[in-house]
Amino acid sequence: MTAVQPALPEEKSAEGSVDQRREFDRLIDADMRIEPRDWMPDAYRKTLIRQISQHAHSEIIGMQPEGNWITRAPSLKRKAILMAKVQDEAGHGLYLYSAAQTLGIDRETMFEQLVTGAAKYSSIFNYTTPTWADMGSIGWLVDGAAICNQVPLCRASYGPYGRAMTRICKEESFHQRQGFEILLELMRGTDAQKAMAQESVNRWYAPALMMFGPPDEDSPNSQRSMAWKIKRFSNDDLRQRFVDMLVPQAEVLGITLPDPDIKWNEERGHYDFGPLDWDEFYEVLAGRGQANAVRVARRKKAHEDGAWVREAARACADAQAAERMAS
Amino acid sequence: MTSPGDSGGRETWPLWEVFIRSSRGLSHVHAGSLHAPDETMAVRNARDLYTRRAEGVSIWVVRASDITSSDPDAKGEFFESPQGKEYRHATYYKESEAVPHL
Repeated sequence: MTAVQPALPEEKSAEGSVDQRREFDRLIDADMRIEPRDWMPDAYRKTLIRQISQHAHSEIIGMQPEGNWITRAPSLKRKAILMAKVQDEAGHGLYLYSAAQTLGIDRETMFEQLVTGAAKYSSIFNYTTPTWADMGSIGWLVDGAAICNQVPLCRASYGPYGRAMTRICKEESFHQRQGFEILLELMRGTDAQKAMAQESVNRWYAPALMMFGPPDEDSPNSQRSMAWKIKRFSNDDLRQRFVDMLVPQAEVLGITLPDPDIKWNEERGHYDFGPLDWDEFYEVLAGRGQANAVRVARRKKAHEDGAWVREAARACADAQAAERMAS
Repeated sequence: MTSPGDSGGRETWPLWEVFIRSSRGLSHVHAGSLHAPDETMAVRNARDLYTRRAEGVSIWVVRASDITSSDPDAKGEFFESPQGKEYRHATYYKESEAVPHL
């Protein structure tokens, strides 16, 4: 038995011995999991840190567009649901930060990367939420796309990531259903309510499809992530799967998806759909979306405003520990 | 750097590992980790973070830095090979296979 002493990330960045590399490859090939203190290639570690922290940041920043509507939700029931959902997102962020930490990065560093823009989060959260129907669209489309993306991640080759994702997926399905029901209720309402639902879906549909990332030919890291079994399906495959799910759901809602090219393709066994505006995607990614600056500024302010609480709690804990030692 | 999830000293609060008993009769199982200033807050935070849907009836927390574990690189020598010790399993005993209730 030894005290737990994982090597520092720097030490682990070494090439690794032949045996270590062989063991890593064997585990990946056998579809087994890599655990925190196993040897792993430096690029695998870095890819995971980037992906998991980006995912965690997305959950935390994702609280803002919906937090925007908590005080104005149309009923007490809707308010309670929205609060539970935003609370879940905080929880999901924390599960993921914990998973990232097992790779040798601390939370302060991840926070700094977020507020300095060194780390990204999902661009979808840089869109604003001007109407109540947007709470429906976020649940149905944004969380729907997220679930499509996340279910295969439950089998990611890195153990802590897969376990966090399993927990998240279990909780996420209520998010999508509650969004769908918000839209359904609006679609059963007055003409103005129906128009509000349709207008919102018109705005969210394409950005939700772009959540899967650029087309496969423009996604150079995808292949390697798939070889490492971090990623299980390509961006385009997941996007197709999502569209195939959406079309019949839109029919139930009586809502029109804003793409005239959507058509069943008997030969492929899938729905065809039109091209997406990737210039918009790259613009938002580069920081020129509707709300990039606001999202990060608010996150930074919340962190700074909470500093005294963290410090006071720590001082109190230290004082109590000292008291126990003395008595 | 003292446990799998404890990555350094820059943080204001220490890291805790959380174990949840999902229902009576079952063991506590590792659920994840979190930061908290002390053990009381760690238990409360664990309740908020890991039992929002009645996932547990009891919570343990332990400072990540207090966990001792086996050396991951010493698998071979440390976890002795089961080879040649098939007699530790019931399936080793073939003569009694057809005998009822054995």
